[in-house]
Amino acid sequence: MTLPDTSETRSPSAPPDPAPLFTAEGVTVRFGGLTALDDVSLAARPREVHGVIGPNGAGKTTFFNVCCGFVRPDQGTLRWRDEPVRGLHPARLAGMGIARTLQGLGLFAGLTVAENVLVGADRFRRTGFASSLFALPRAAADERSLRERADRALEEVGVASYTGRYPGSLPYPVRKRVALARALAADPELLLLDEPASGLGADDMTELGELVRGLTERMAVVLVDHHMDLVMAVCDRITVLDFGRVVAAGSPAQVRDDQAVIDAYLGEEARAGGDDD
Amino acid sequence: MRTLPRRFVPRSLLLRNLLGVLAGLVVVVLVLETTSPFRNSQLATMSYYAIAAAGLTVLTGLNGQISLGHGALMAVGAYTTALLLEGDAVPFSLAMLVAAAVTALVGILVGAAASRLHGPYLAGATLALAVGVPGLAIYFDGLLGGEQGLSVRSPRPPDWFADAHYFVTAGDLSSAKYLAYIGWLTLLLVILLLANLMASRFGRVWRAVRDDEVAAELAGLRLGRLRVLAFVVSAACAGLAGAVLAMVVRLAAPSGFTIVLSLSLLTAVVVGGLGSIAGALLGSALLVFLPPAVTNLGTGAGLTGVQAAQLAPLVYGVVLVVVMLLAPGGAMGLLRRFWRRGINQGGSR
Repeated sequence: MTLPDTSETRSPSAPPDPAPLFTAEGVTVRFGGLTALDDVSLAARPREVHGVIGPNGAGKTTFFNVCCGFVRPDQGTLRWRDEPVRGLHPARLAGMGIARTLQGLGLFAGLTVAENVLVGADRFRRTGFASSLFALPRAAADERSLRERADRALEEVGVASYTGRYPGSLPYPVRKRVALARALAADPELLLLDEPASGLGADDMTELGELVRGLTERMAVVLVDHHMDLVMAVCDRITVLDFGRVVAAGSPAQVRDDQAVIDAYLGEEARAGGDDD
Repeated sequence: MRTLPRRFVPRSLLLRNLLGVLAGLVVVVLVLETTSPFRNSQLATMSYYAIAAAGLTVLTGLNGQISLGHGALMAVGAYTTALLLEGDAVPFSLAMLVAAAVTALVGILVGAAASRLHGPYLAGATLALAVGVPGLAIYFDGLLGGEQGLSVRSPRPPDWFADAHYFVTAGDLSSAKYLAYIGWLTLLLVILLLANLMASRFGRVWRAVRDDEVAAELAGLRLGRLRVLAFVVSAACAGLAGAVLAMVVRLAAPSGFTIVLSLSLLTAVVVGGLGSIAGALLGSALLVFLPPAVTNLGTGAGLTGVQAAQLAPLVYGVVLVVVMLLAPGGAMGLLRRFWRRGINQGGSR
């Protein structure tokens, strides 16, 4: 597998430190007696891809659920720029510019590809109920501008030829792209990608890597994935979780050689019977 | 040539829907003028079923909320109309508007409760509405007339309408025909507005909320608000339907709004095809025209009157079962499937 070589876009030593867009500090989540996240901190910076890795059950998805408002942390702070956003409703966070893809994709089965992506663009609507009820010209203009946004997102991920199809009739990799297009149509400032590479072949994964690097021009990306070569090639920083705790954080090179990370993954392999990547 | 050439179909949604409604109006005038007073009154009955069913298909088909309580919402509209028309002061059109508004308000309350419920719980809660609301009429019998209900004076056609009618048709305007006109003009207006909504952003996000709540919320949609809105739109339609019913039946009484009415509406939209206005029309037509047709067939085949009348619900039940087995998408789903197959075989794709 060849992945885009991004080493020249990043300085080899210490990465530059733009002000964080989204910060999680000391986030702790307990489900009954189980501590899913324990004092987790992470800062997503503009123009960067931040990887979150760890063995199964390490708390990666729970962390995403905290970031987009589905799970309210028991302790810790969340900040969007300098504003505290802990406890905000998911729809509010989405309206501020946080978009997320789901591991299970969550495409709307009864909507065409184009309509799915239009829902993603919905936060840019300007007209209300009455305009739609009476089909006023301004509702039509609004719809046209949403359509332009949706078309751009469809073009960008390369699924513009499927607009009239329903998700159920499409192969998995195409559906994955549609889900990504839906998130991009929201023109987010922070994009959370939950296992974007799962189920993809080598070619699709290479393209995905290039696409994600390209996205950093206009947004911060946080990415959870199991495919180490993708994560190492694409990410500027990596946070490693194990049993809900941060065991390592830093540049891909730093993380790769960290003993705690090696232990976590060796432990995982021992637990899973050694058949995991 | 299956589809109209592109240049004959206007690009504007409003214009397209208006054209459709105008065509519908022509058909309505032709049908009402060429059929007997008995058929006129059957068509008037169909109009209020269809108004309520069109609203219900938006709620259940597009937004995925089941309601077994739309008969009760029709009762709210009917009683509001009956109360407003008691003196001679309020014109019936205003009474209809107020009935729709009052029922929409009730819809906000019910919808807010419903938006937190799913599946069988929602069915149960709306069922309680269907059972409970007619009981209110009996409890407040001083105001609402108890078991006997309130009689409603049926509106007289204003001069301009009678003149216009004579100008177009050169025929008599019977009371049954006038009521059928009121019902069908209301229905056409409701269809126009609902078609606008369904083709708009609201139709899209209602379906999105129905299909995947988590993804809808991640896209920034307010699930609760959108669900309540769908309920309110649907309730307003039910209120209008109740207003038409009160004027056509000339009575608003508890016996007119039993659970059977709610169930009939739901079966109508399911048989016709959930989420389709044409399907709602088809289902309502079936509700009104199938029982007498079956009864006629029965007496023709030598059954007694009572036996023949009992045949009708049986046949309706069989139709429902067959549709569910063979065409879960309803009649419109079936048509759509044939349509698509036809296009594919036609080689245009």
